[in-house]
Amino acid sequence: MNHDDIIKQGTKVYSRPRLMDDRNMHYCPGCSHGVVHKLVSEVLDEMGLENDAIGVAPVGCAVFAYHYIDIDWIEAAHGRAPAVATAAKRLNPERMVFTYQGDGDLAAIGTAETIHAANRGENIVIIFINNGIYGMTGGQMAPTTLEGMKTATTPYGRRVDLNGYPLNITPLLAQLPGTCYVTRQSVHTAATTRKCKNALKKAFKASMEGRGTAVVEVVGTCSSGWKMSPADANKWMEQHMFEAYPPGDLKDTL
Amino acid sequence: MAKVIGTVVIDTERCKGCDLCVVACPADVLALARKDVNDRGYHFAMMANADGCIGCAACATVCPDGCIEVYRVVEK
Repeated sequence: MNHDDIIKQGTKVYSRPRLMDDRNMHYCPGCSHGVVHKLVSEVLDEMGLENDAIGVAPVGCAVFAYHYIDIDWIEAAHGRAPAVATAAKRLNPERMVFTYQGDGDLAAIGTAETIHAANRGENIVIIFINNGIYGMTGGQMAPTTLEGMKTATTPYGRRVDLNGYPLNITPLLAQLPGTCYVTRQSVHTAATTRKCKNALKKAFKASMEGRGTAVVEVVGTCSSGWKMSPADANKWMEQHMFEAYPPGDLKDTL
Repeated sequence: MAKVIGTVVIDTERCKGCDLCVVACPADVLALARKDVNDRGYHFAMMANADGCIGCAACATVCPDGCIEVYRVVEK
């Protein structure tokens, strides 16, 4: 059976999600954002939330998320996505509101907004992409940058005596009574990508049921910022990022 | 036992040649084009060993740009 016969007679088991726009994404080759965008589109489509979802885009690489996923979006000021999402959800309680933020947005300038939104138990979902670097502005040190990790602003590696410790914000959010589901996932293999999709589904469902804030951290790569090939960046992430940010559920009250 | 055969269709113009599908493929079916590039200058992914495809969709799952469609036939 040749290529064309398989296409004619076979079943299509995977294609680009329906909600993903037919537009080339500006992300660098191999960027984790693309995979997470795809998962969000798939989950929203499967849950029938196409018309009910409101996304809040951050400042960072994912600032153009509204160009790529065909739902309603709001673009928030740097770090203020959880505050904007709070307003959107309180005014439209029947809608599913989620934020999509990077580590520079959520864990640096937006720490206060994030922690207080989670502490108030707003019924929103926070999708947090953690790649330990400010990707968009050229690979500067972020709060989540690992000890000894080389970035544009720490060319000899991050020093604890000078720059402090890496900020592991997800366990902080898990301690708050307002959060209902806090998990850390990754998207570097097909198996972990499927697991991440299930986590997103669970988080969106919890938000629709009004159980509190759900946080899905996705440990990702920034091959341009880390100056590696995408495949090597995935390996490096497994070896080093997972030590500081091990994947798994941190809190599950569902 | 039923044999599963599959194939993929790659949107080569959308592909950025990140190599992640090549690494993810358990059957060593995919490879990046060595000389050819698409309109944006990337060495796109292609099926180098088309007969080996088992339609597992691992390549499409990890593809950041959603370039890959997977088809599967179960032969009994």
